[in-house]
Amino acid sequence: METLEPILAAHPFFEGLEPKYMQLITGCASNVRFEAGTYIFREGEAASRFYIIRQGKVALETFAAQRGSITIETIEAGEVLGWSWLFPPYRWHFDARVVELTRAISLDGVCLRTKGEADHDLGYELVKRVAQILMQRLQATRLQLLDVYGVHTRGGL
Amino acid sequence: MLKDKCTMTINPLQVGDQVILEHEHFQQLFTALLSRGYEVVGPTVRDNAIVYDTLTSTADLPIGYTDEQDGGTYRLKKRGDEALFGYAVGPHSWKQFLHPPVIRLWQARSDGNSFRIDAENLEAPKRAFLGVRSCELHAIAIQDKVFTGTRYTDPVYQARRGNVFIMAVNCGQAGGTCFCTSMQTGPKATAGFDLALTEVLDANRHYFVFEIGSHLGAEILQDVPHRAASQDDIQLAEDIVARTAEHMGRSMDTTDIKDLLYRNLEHPRWNDVATRCLTCANCTMVCPTCFCTTIEDVTDLTGKQAERWRKWDSCYTMDFSYISGGSIRSSTKARYRQWMTHKLASWIDQFGTSGCVGCGRCITWCPVGIDITEEVRAIRQSDSILTTMIKEQ
Amino acid sequence: MTANIPDPMLPQVYRVQRVRREIPDTFTMELEPADGSDIPPFATGQFNMLYVFGVGEIPISISGDPAKRKPLVHTTRAIGTVSKAMRELKSGDVIGVRGPFGSQWPIERALGKDVLIVAGGIGLAPLRSTMYQVIAEREKYNKVVLLYGARTPEDILYRREQERWRAHFGLEVYVTVDRATGAWHGSVGVVTKLVPRAPFDPFNTVALVCGPEIMMRFTAAELEKRGIAAEHIFVSMERNMKCAVGFCGHCQYGPNFVCRDGPVFQYSHVQSLLTKGEI
Repeated sequence: METLEPILAAHPFFEGLEPKYMQLITGCASNVRFEAGTYIFREGEAASRFYIIRQGKVALETFAAQRGSITIETIEAGEVLGWSWLFPPYRWHFDARVVELTRAISLDGVCLRTKGEADHDLGYELVKRVAQILMQRLQATRLQLLDVYGVHTRGGL
Repeated sequence: MLKDKCTMTINPLQVGDQVILEHEHFQQLFTALLSRGYEVVGPTVRDNAIVYDTLTSTADLPIGYTDEQDGGTYRLKKRGDEALFGYAVGPHSWKQFLHPPVIRLWQARSDGNSFRIDAENLEAPKRAFLGVRSCELHAIAIQDKVFTGTRYTDPVYQARRGNVFIMAVNCGQAGGTCFCTSMQTGPKATAGFDLALTEVLDANRHYFVFEIGSHLGAEILQDVPHRAASQDDIQLAEDIVARTAEHMGRSMDTTDIKDLLYRNLEHPRWNDVATRCLTCANCTMVCPTCFCTTIEDVTDLTGKQAERWRKWDSCYTMDFSYISGGSIRSSTKARYRQWMTHKLASWIDQFGTSGCVGCGRCITWCPVGIDITEEVRAIRQSDSILTTMIKEQ
Repeated sequence: MTANIPDPMLPQVYRVQRVRREIPDTFTMELEPADGSDIPPFATGQFNMLYVFGVGEIPISISGDPAKRKPLVHTTRAIGTVSKAMRELKSGDVIGVRGPFGSQWPIERALGKDVLIVAGGIGLAPLRSTMYQVIAEREKYNKVVLLYGARTPEDILYRREQERWRAHFGLEVYVTVDRATGAWHGSVGVVTKLVPRAPFDPFNTVALVCGPEIMMRFTAAELEKRGIAAEHIFVSMERNMKCAVGFCGHCQYGPNFVCRDGPVFQYSHVQSLLTKGEI
């Protein structure tokens, strides 16, 4: 849709991409909306799309036997949801449960990764951007691991 | 009266006057001080060292003794003469009298409903410090700044400091670990004393050249047989001290030392010294400026009587920096680095002077002979700023 | 009974008026002098040394309203011997108080600007005093934003009060937790994650940060990344304290005495110390 291009181009994830690629991406994009309580995707499902969240909140969740569902992280406005579409086995690692009404732009990951295999310039740009997200997520996750608000002793975890 | 070989100066003694006291009259200094209610503390031989303790007469002084000092080494030796002050410094410093190692701050009593706190009576005995070296005068001035020169005043220190009489000694010999000239704290006493003496001793003569430093010093010396010092006498005394300055056992280049240490907090030398340091805290105990204390709140078995005690502490102890769960400075490296950078660098930001007076005690009393002057030298030699410059070439 | 204490090492006897359980292992005490005298005024960010008879004394930040003369309010986490003994105190019991000591949050630097408060865990306790101060003179500031991080939803401190702030005073409050079950509908993630999208103007903001040291370190870095100058970021450090008046030497942090030069520090002054271990 033509009206999505300026929105996508303005997003940090797509910053600096050549216009021809922006057109390609816009061609694979559509507006979507998810109601609270629904799941955008489930652990194990094929990862074919990814989402730029415009508004709302999505919880990345997993289920542990006695503990029930645990929220790993919430993805909110302005963030990118989903990177598993770019790496084998192309399956989601967590559930994405909608916490509150969420509007997003959905992008065709399969289309993009196929095009990226063919055009390595595009491929490099995609991987570079996804790596950036991964880096931020990893950094945040490490901080979460440190459990900074807990009481710890030297040498103890 | 007191006329024999001396001429009493007609005018009362003034601050800045220099006079000669014969050795046989030194005891009368004791009399003058004791009669005014002073407890005289000074050097005496005990446990194979020269320590500071209460003295009753000249005979208590370490007559004829000197010390041989080096890294981790202290030996008393007989000099072969009868010098009263023929040594450098021992393990004690004057801080034990001004900043007591153990003191109760208050007592409290609980009646079940509330508790009441009774502060300690802070009166301290009038003391005369006999034999204070120039480095020690600077150490006292440094502690004055810590305890009475900032926003808060320590009443314990202030009570003791207020009624101290100081008789300084200009050193006639430098110790094996001394480096006061590097720290500009000696060997000549220039300020902060009531009286300062230089001992002159050779085959024929034994006397003291006294400098009056205060009205109180003048008053004390007025009671003791003395004569005016001649220009030659004064010059002789100055020569003795000048010779001492030439024979320091150690030296430290203090150029830009604060920034040198601040920019080398990750220098590999810290790891090196950490393999030797035992964190025994000897250096902090003997250092005349180290002032850290801890507070102990204790109670009796009934739980109705409580006391707060203050005791010397050391940044080398494992839980000196303990907060909720662990110590900030847990490794030996971190604790040694804290002590040395505080002493030579941060102290300057905190109090305007170095914390080190070059007395060498930390070198002498370290069981493994760690030498603060050597540690500074090692860091300076491979200063990170040099390695950065080399990398950039 | 102790009156007119010139000696900074003598506690004054206060009586516990009320104790409130906050989150697990954290409680708030309201205190008043046992002899009915006035409570000395304090500035936000300062702390008192609290003495439990016969047990010991620890530094605790003041977390009440600086405009209210009584009572004296302290929120404490029971971690060690003294704080655990403190947790056993009930209304009517007595406690010793010395202070206030230390430096304050320089809220006056934020006049006419945005105020960003980032707190983690118990770190909200000293900043609650600042919130009260800001709310009392709300018109003097532009945007006021609170970012708060806790371990889990059960560990959110002053939760209901935060709701009131969000609802009533033109403040923006964002809360995140490190982990949660599905029952939590708020954000999950580290508090630094809230920084990029928080609605403040980095070139016209004063940021006050308080929490575990590691959280402050990463938060300050994130704030700088967003464009706030290090001179406009303030942190509150914690070190072992015995005397609180700069004599015992325990609280030294580089050349600083945390009891006297801190606990509140301008980030630019301690930036190089924060990134070094065991300082």
